[in-house]
Amino acid sequence: MNKSAITVSGLSKVYGDRPAISDAHFDVPVGSICGFVGPNGSGKTTTIRMLLGLITPTQGSAMVLGESIKHPEKYLPKVGAMIEGPAFYPALSGAENLRVLADLGGFPISRVPQLLEKVGLAERGKSKYKTYSLGMKQRLGIAAALLPNPELLILDEPTNGLDPSGIQEIRELLRELSKLGTTVFVSSHLLSELEMICDHLVMLRLGKVIFTGLTHELLAAQSPLIVATPEYEVDLTKLVKIVEDSGHSVQVKEGSLHINSAPEWSATLNRLAFDSGITLKSISPIMPTLEETFFEMTEDQK
Amino acid sequence: MRSVVLAEGRKLRRPTLLLSTLATVTALTGLFTSLVFLRINSGQNTRRGASISALQLSQATGLTYGFKLVGVFLGLVALCIFASQTAQEYTYGTLRNLLVRQPSRMKILFGKFISMALFAALMVSFAGVVSIALSYLLSGKAKVNTTKWGSSQALHLLGQTTLNLFIATICYGLLGMILGLFFRSPISAISIGVLWSLILENILGAVISSTMKWLPAANFSNIGEGGSVAASYQHSLFVSALYIFVGGSIAAALFKRRDVAN
Repeated sequence: MNKSAITVSGLSKVYGDRPAISDAHFDVPVGSICGFVGPNGSGKTTTIRMLLGLITPTQGSAMVLGESIKHPEKYLPKVGAMIEGPAFYPALSGAENLRVLADLGGFPISRVPQLLEKVGLAERGKSKYKTYSLGMKQRLGIAAALLPNPELLILDEPTNGLDPSGIQEIRELLRELSKLGTTVFVSSHLLSELEMICDHLVMLRLGKVIFTGLTHELLAAQSPLIVATPEYEVDLTKLVKIVEDSGHSVQVKEGSLHINSAPEWSATLNRLAFDSGITLKSISPIMPTLEETFFEMTEDQK
Repeated sequence: MRSVVLAEGRKLRRPTLLLSTLATVTALTGLFTSLVFLRINSGQNTRRGASISALQLSQATGLTYGFKLVGVFLGLVALCIFASQTAQEYTYGTLRNLLVRQPSRMKILFGKFISMALFAALMVSFAGVVSIALSYLLSGKAKVNTTKWGSSQALHLLGQTTLNLFIATICYGLLGMILGLFFRSPISAISIGVLWSLILENILGAVISSTMKWLPAANFSNIGEGGSVAASYQHSLFVSALYIFVGGSIAAALFKRRDVAN
C-alpha cells in the first residue's frame, strides 16, 4: 500500500525565464494534516495547481493517491480542493453553485444540504453567492471541496476572511476529517493556525523546498530560549556576565535576558543568580513558535 | 459528457438569464414581425428597399416572413450568451472548479456547447411561436388571407426556416464561444463579436462587395435566410463550416493546452 497521499519528485514550473517552483521534493503521508508554508510568491499555489492538473509542470513528476499527475482523471474524483480562495457564479445561490459541481462530478445532490449544514451555511444556502460575506464565500468553498467525500483535501488559505470562531470551526473540521482518515494538505499564511493542527510541514521559500518533515521535529531542532527578568534592572549587567561566563549567548530585550539555552538550564540559572544575590522576578523557558522558526529559516536562506 | 450538460444547464436556466433572453427574443421577434404587417404596401417595410404586399404575405411563405427577418438578431443574442458563458469561467475563476471536478477539457467544452445549443434551440423555437402567433394576430387588420398558412407547404417551410435559423444561431453562438476562449473576457468577446458582425463586415462589404460572400457573419445570416442570390445556401454552409472548424480547432487546442493559472 502507498503510504504517501502526495509524492512530489523534482517538480518545477518555469514561466518565461522566471521559475515559480524549482526541483521540489516532498511527501505528504496518508492521514496526516500537512501544512504548506511559504511567503507570497514562493510557489505554493503553482504547486497545488500542478497537483490538480490545472498547470503542466516544466519538469519533474508527482503522484497523487498513487496516480501520476499526468492522469488527473484517475485521482481527482477522490480529491476535494479549494484553490486560491473560493470562486463561484455570483448570480446563483450557494446551494445551486454546489449543485452545479455535484452534477459535474456525478455526486449525489442530497449531499448539498448536508454540506451547507456542516459549514454553517444552511440558513443562507438559497441566497445568491454575490450577497455572501468573505467568510461565507470561504465556507462555501470548503463545502465544495468536501463534495466528493474526499480521501485527500487540498485547501489553499482556507481561513482567509474568517472570524476567530470561524477559524476555530475550520480547525475542528480539519481535525475531524483527519480522524476519519482524510489526508489534509493545507496552505496558509496563518502559521500559528498551522502549528496548532499540522503534524507535517512543507516549507517553501523563493520556489524551493527548505523543509519537509514532522512539525515537532522542526520546532525541536530550533534553539529554545530562557527568558529571565531580575527584580531590579540594575542587576541586568551582573546577570548577563553570569550567563556569559556559563558559556551561553544572551540578548537584553526590554529589561529581560533572552538566553539561548535548553529549558533544563533554568534551574541552574536561578541558583547562580541567587548565589550572586540577584532575585529573579520571572524565569521561563520558551520554545520557538512556527512563526519564529519560519522567519529564522527564511532569513537564513537569504 | 452528460454531467457537463446538466451542470451547464443549471447555469443557463437561472431565471435572470432565461427570462431576460426570452424577453429579448420576444421583443425582437415582435418588433420585426409587427413591422412587416404594420407597413404593408408602404414601400419601405422590408430591408434594402424591397416592398411586401398583403398578397405576398397571403402565400405559404408569408407565415415565416417575420420569423426569418429576426434571424440575425437571434444569432447575435446567441453570440452574446455563448461568449459570456464561456469567458465568464475565466473572469469568475470558476474554470478551475470545473476542471477539478471534470478533468477532461474536451468534455467540458463539448458539454458546454451541447447545453448552449439546447438553449439556442429553445430560443429559436420560442421566436418561431411568437412570430407565428403575432402574424395570425396582425393578419386580420392587415387584410392578409391566412388560408395558405395552414398548408403542408407552409408547414414544410416553417420547419425548414426553423432548422436554418437554428443552424445560423448555432454558428453565431460558436463564433461567440471561440471569441470567449480566445479573449477570456465576456466584455471583449461580446464587443468584438458584435462589432465585427454588425459593423465591420458591412463596411467591408460596402467597400469591396465581393468579400460579403466570404465573410463569416454574412454567411451565417445567409444560412438563416435559406440562401440568397448573392450566395447559395450550400456555399454559406460550406464557408461557415470552414470558419467554425478552423476557429474551433484553434480555440479547442488552446483550451486543452493552456495552463489554468487564474
